[in-house]
Amino acid sequence: MSMDNAIAPLSVKNLSCRYARQDNYALRDISFIAKAGTITGVLGPNGAGKSTFLKSILNLLPHEGSVKFFDSTLAKNRQKIAYIPQRSSVDWDFPVSALDVCLMGLYPRIGWLRRISRVHKEEAMHYLEQVKLQDFAHRQIGALSGGQQQRVFMARALAQQAELFLLDEPMAGVDQKTQTLLFDLFSDLKQQGKTMLIIHHNLQAASAHFDHILLLNQTLVAQGTPEQALSEDAISRAYSPIEA
Amino acid sequence: MDIITSLLTEHYNATIVFFATALLGLSAGLVGCFLVLRKQALISDAVTHATLPGIGIGFLLSLHFGLNDGKYLPLLLLCSAITAYLGAAAVQFITNKTRLSPDTAIASVMSFFYGLGLLLLSIIQNIDAGNKAGLNSFLLGQVSGLRIDNLILLGAVSIFVVCLVVMNFKNLRLLCFDKNYANLLGLKVKTTENLLLFLMILVICTGLKTVGLIMIIALLIIPAITARLWTQRSELMAALAAFFGALSCIGGVYLSSALYDLPTGSTIVLFAFALFTVSLLIRIIRGADA
Repeated sequence: MSMDNAIAPLSVKNLSCRYARQDNYALRDISFIAKAGTITGVLGPNGAGKSTFLKSILNLLPHEGSVKFFDSTLAKNRQKIAYIPQRSSVDWDFPVSALDVCLMGLYPRIGWLRRISRVHKEEAMHYLEQVKLQDFAHRQIGALSGGQQQRVFMARALAQQAELFLLDEPMAGVDQKTQTLLFDLFSDLKQQGKTMLIIHHNLQAASAHFDHILLLNQTLVAQGTPEQALSEDAISRAYSPIEA
Repeated sequence: MDIITSLLTEHYNATIVFFATALLGLSAGLVGCFLVLRKQALISDAVTHATLPGIGIGFLLSLHFGLNDGKYLPLLLLCSAITAYLGAAAVQFITNKTRLSPDTAIASVMSFFYGLGLLLLSIIQNIDAGNKAGLNSFLLGQVSGLRIDNLILLGAVSIFVVCLVVMNFKNLRLLCFDKNYANLLGLKVKTTENLLLFLMILVICTGLKTVGLIMIIALLIIPAITARLWTQRSELMAALAAFFGALSCIGGVYLSSALYDLPTGSTIVLFAFALFTVSLLIRIIRGADA
């Protein structure tokens, strides 16, 4: 594939992250490159630092090491990068509708002090349709099911017209219908040359859906194709308690 | 037209008080809406108490410069705005630099500034200069003294607040809902945060003389939480919060003057809380979870 010569959407070098005001590392020395048009799965046990990894990449947490987006900085590529946070980090009681949230993905294009127009709403509706939520556009987000909530945030990422998607456990607590829909959407996006980094909890599903795997447990235990990274040895090392 | 003419001639002072407090309630409700949505209702507590030393400093400064016997209002308000800002900054600083949670930082900052303010006011009471009468009205408020220039000031502030909120509505809402995302998109989060702080200080300082520093907190928060009970949409919540804020002031002013000449700040807050209670009961009766 000629993709190899293209600029990597994401390249991480020696990334380490310390817990706030503590000496021990949550993550240590992680290096990897996400190639354009690929889906990378981030796997590992609870507390392995998967979310920390994503947040450090996005500079939402202080970290050491270098992170490059499209061979440049985060600041220069903000709109190309979509982030879907863990469901537990969202305030589901907030008085916004599915449409309101989806529209947020358009804010950079709407402009700082401009108001949201009918055209923007129509565009946002189009993205809600892609995740089959057009009938729930005006529902408050807390009144949606877990799967629908996840899809709202996916619609927001689509609205952003991002090139690189970073998703924190998109499949956690969602129904089968949403899982299928999201995985279909991911392969569509991949066809369009978009790049995804997805935190996932299910090792079994990994080989079918991911091109590249990062197996994490506070450090990078293994990476490569699903076959390479998910060897029995690697899994047992990642999931066994780490020595202090 | 007859009503308006009669209002303006026969009840001139009462009309001014009604409109002035209604405008204050409107602005406070609107701004308070975002404080509630951002789960930062308590910060208004710290900021309001932090205005008190500013009043004292402003008094001493205007006395020093020979302005209006020490009660030169623009200087009093400017100084209170500055110490209010310092209060907010202190909370931010303590939260960032220690392991303390924001509510702890707020509690300590609030008591420090309030103590400092009371100290200054007591020193001022003991010095033999200036016209100290009415300085305490900043604590408890005093609507009877409102004049046409206060109404003009509150009118101007309200228009300014409404314009800024309408222009920045989507930015303010995104800040409250998902600050991380706003940061990631590079949507000037710091600017929006400062705007919200500025709006809060503006409302608090203009409201000080009217309802007093304790009651202005209630006026920021109660109309907003009342509005939240009625709608799931943030646009409507903001509009309703402004409406309930204005209604609380009108109702409170009416009660205080019509009944037993009660302190207006208190009746405004009690009226606001009555609106909240009724809204809550209606919501419970309708079977929705509050």
